[in-house]
Amino acid sequence: MKSNDISIAINASPVTLKAPASLSDALQQWQSEPSRVACALNGEFVPRSAYPSTRLSEGDQVEIVQPVGGG
Amino acid sequence: MSNQTLTDPLTLYGKTFNSRFLLGTALYESPEIMLDSVATSQTEILTLGLRRQNPAQGDGERFWQMIQSTGCTLLPNTAGCKSAKEAINLALMSRELFATNWVKLEVIGDDYNLQPDPFQLLEAAQELIAQDFCVLPYCTDDLILCQRLREAGCQVLMPWGAPIGTGRGLLNRYALKALRQRFDCPLIIDAGLGAPSQACDAMELGFDGVLLNTAVAKAQDPALMAASFRSAISAGRDAYRAGLMQKRQTAHPSTPTIGQPFWHQNS
Repeated sequence: MKSNDISIAINASPVTLKAPASLSDALQQWQSEPSRVACALNGEFVPRSAYPSTRLSEGDQVEIVQPVGGG
Repeated sequence: MSNQTLTDPLTLYGKTFNSRFLLGTALYESPEIMLDSVATSQTEILTLGLRRQNPAQGDGERFWQMIQSTGCTLLPNTAGCKSAKEAINLALMSRELFATNWVKLEVIGDDYNLQPDPFQLLEAAQELIAQDFCVLPYCTDDLILCQRLREAGCQVLMPWGAPIGTGRGLLNRYALKALRQRFDCPLIIDAGLGAPSQACDAMELGFDGVLLNTAVAKAQDPALMAASFRSAISAGRDAYRAGLMQKRQTAHPSTPTIGQPFWHQNS
């Protein structure tokens, strides 16, 4: 890991990003192509419009969810 | 369109439905079987959830397109959440993703029977209603909890019949009857039903609808079972509206006794 990298977790999996990194950057690295998802950062919902301006820090926990069947 | 659909709609948060059958979209062996079951159920409201994305699978988009193709109203849930905070944040994620402010609010308090946590549920309901959600709370049959949820602004209550996935039917008829007597808002039995007869039972008691998933998805023929539940729910609703006879302790002949042939006074 380089000195300007940060380590975060996406859906509990470790991910390394080049700093500075936004939630948009994390999503771009996570998904091979854009799809229908919603995000939370450290347990708090982040609206889609705020992804580019949401700066990530070392140790952040990102949740990226998609639709599934449910009862 | 039957006479019933014209005269007996179900209204939830100002939206009117012909069907009183709410169906879950989980646990089916294939998406095709799920769609067949949705079709035969004639449901107009589908529940669905959110889970962590695995980009390698990429099936979320396909599922979403299939759900949208049904034309049903979507009722996203907060299944698995164990605190008000978790449920509120998942509801916010659902609202953005599904473009609906409806939420089936679940806050689970115990892993053994998946019993709703009444305290966290109420807290989450209050916050979500303040944020303009239409909250349909999955709750126990506790009268006071239901009163508090109504006071918080829930226009619909969804008490359990039995713990999720057990198929045990209406475990506490006394409490459920009390809810029906005490509340004039829509009441939907959510969870615990395993057989169409149990759904019919709930409707005969005066409940306004039934929400279930496992009993259909895990049937040998889910589409046929969905049709069976549809019929049972409709029959139970008609029976409630028609008014059930009072039970009696002793037998009463249905055929007139006057004019009985071969009748002998001393026999």
